[in-house]
Amino acid sequence: MSKQTATPSSSIEINALVRRFADGHRALDGVDLDIAAGEFFTLLGPSGCGKTTLLRILAGLDTPSAGEVRIGGRAMAGVPAHRRSVNTVFQSYALFPHRNVRRNIAFGLEMQRLDTATIEKRIDSVAGLTGITTLLDRPVDQLSGGQRQRVALARAVVNEPDVLLLDEPLSALDAGLRGRLQLELRELQHRLGMTFVFVTHDQQEAMIMSDRIAVLDRGRIAQVGTPPAIYEQPATRFVAEFMGHENLLAVTGRDEQGVTTPIGHFAGAFAEGGHLLIRPEAISLGRRQAAAPGAIPAQVVGRVYRGGSTEYRIACGDHTLIARASDPAAEGFEPGAEVNATVAPAGLAVVAG
Amino acid sequence: MRGDSRQLLLTLLPGVGVITVFLVLPSIYLVGMAFLSTGPYGLPTGPVSLQAFRELAGFGFLGWSPGNLYTLLRSIGQTLLATILVILIAYPAAYYITTRPVPWRPVLLLAVVVPSWTNQVIRSVGWMNIFAPGTPVSDLAAALGLIAPEMGLFPSRFAVIVGLVYNFLPFMILPLYAAFERLDTAQVEAARDLYATPWAVFRHAVLPQTLPGLMAGTVLVAIPAFGMYVVTELLGGGRSLMVGNFVARQFTQAGNWPLGAAGALIMIVVTLIGLKVLRDLGRRLGGDREVVL
Repeated sequence: MSKQTATPSSSIEINALVRRFADGHRALDGVDLDIAAGEFFTLLGPSGCGKTTLLRILAGLDTPSAGEVRIGGRAMAGVPAHRRSVNTVFQSYALFPHRNVRRNIAFGLEMQRLDTATIEKRIDSVAGLTGITTLLDRPVDQLSGGQRQRVALARAVVNEPDVLLLDEPLSALDAGLRGRLQLELRELQHRLGMTFVFVTHDQQEAMIMSDRIAVLDRGRIAQVGTPPAIYEQPATRFVAEFMGHENLLAVTGRDEQGVTTPIGHFAGAFAEGGHLLIRPEAISLGRRQAAAPGAIPAQVVGRVYRGGSTEYRIACGDHTLIARASDPAAEGFEPGAEVNATVAPAGLAVVAG
Repeated sequence: MRGDSRQLLLTLLPGVGVITVFLVLPSIYLVGMAFLSTGPYGLPTGPVSLQAFRELAGFGFLGWSPGNLYTLLRSIGQTLLATILVILIAYPAAYYITTRPVPWRPVLLLAVVVPSWTNQVIRSVGWMNIFAPGTPVSDLAAALGLIAPEMGLFPSRFAVIVGLVYNFLPFMILPLYAAFERLDTAQVEAARDLYATPWAVFRHAVLPQTLPGLMAGTVLVAIPAFGMYVVTELLGGGRSLMVGNFVARQFTQAGNWPLGAAGALIMIVVTLIGLKVLRDLGRRLGGDREVVL
């Protein structure tokens, strides 16, 4: 069993990757990506966007129809899963039920024919890292969901792979545990310096954890960038909506100063595109009587307190926008109140589509 | 509480009754018979003696002969060989059926089961016709130098093994199919991901998952095969007798009921030992988790 571990982590290059299934469906339709060594990289998208297929191809569990994958500079075509220094944390965890926790974690090391002393040492160290030292001699069917998740993580990490793949590893857990594990996973990645490729359909999770995110849409990359870049400057309407944005207005006209929408003109130097995005936290509300130049008259139609911030639904003519106020000193408004909405220019972006 | 336990007793009564009348009592009768002497017409009679076991061990009027011991060893050997061949055929067959499109699976399973709806004797006679001297199969075997010309493949030990394998194949394919259908492919992928070679994937991810089916199939095949006497009688031509034939003869032609009972008792003991061996083997192959028989 030969496994190259020259570098503690590896970069990944993906060129023009296509995966076509027998029925003609293209799960991946020309994907190009460069993932840096030691990066926490997230593949984000709705189900069926191809993110899991991409992960399986990186693991060697699926074969691309066309295109190339390089891990650590080495072409992966024809390299089977068991010869790749890549390990996966599966969505279903896929623990071996006939082995206890210790022997589950030992599996990869046994297959690489490491000696018993090394195996024991590595298991102890990874168990400490993932907080499962007291569980080592338990059968896996006696573990809770969170414990299984940790064992699955330990079983992959213990091999010290160049790349760790994580396929929605937190999706089966309840919200509280999930939040805690998100931070733990992030810290673990920092400490190990390993390249993590993380798959999720949860944009919050992606933003919390990632160095960079690739948003996938029907087998293609819609946008790659840091979490703030993706959230604040989404490239397309799909990305904007997937990141949770609701304030999208059709662009009806364009001049040197900015763009025109059904609710008014907005000044700024914008990219080409069919829709204007207004981030909810960029809208501030004030009383109608105060004469404010450039303010949009609106009526409050709903209010939701979100703990630390208040979300207003406001009607501007035929359009409903969401405004989020997080300043506790700001004046509160009841539904039905007539208000003036002002938009901070930094909260605007024009998106394609 | 009292009412609950009475109700439980009432629900258990018919089942316990049937088992007592048709299994426990005959077994006690059988054990008792084995320790009696043989009367003039072969029926058991007093006094209590170990005569039947002495005869079974090979001690007769003419001193010791190894005939019965050979029969027992031959039975064990043929059972093992037939069971291993059944596993080797059934394992890939069950996997093949599981990987077919869903509508095809019941059709293929039916094809596996349908032949066993025919009487065992008729199926054995079918093999007799296929293996008889002068048939294409026998001529081919003779041409290849496997048997002497004009001999035919029947009757022979080969024919007996073919008959046993053919007879018991469905009992292995069905439980294995059930095991393959429930196979968790994620475990297979996890093993591949964790540096397991194709053989190691089979050994550590597929075999442990299909082991319960394999064990169930082995019990369903090996125990009846060990006691089989129709196939051996017909296809062996009296030359590949197994303990089943020996016991049957004591009760029919030879007329020595205590000897037959002693033989049957030995069969039960050997079967129990076999189950124990199988259980230990299953534990070793299955890892930490015990495979329940």
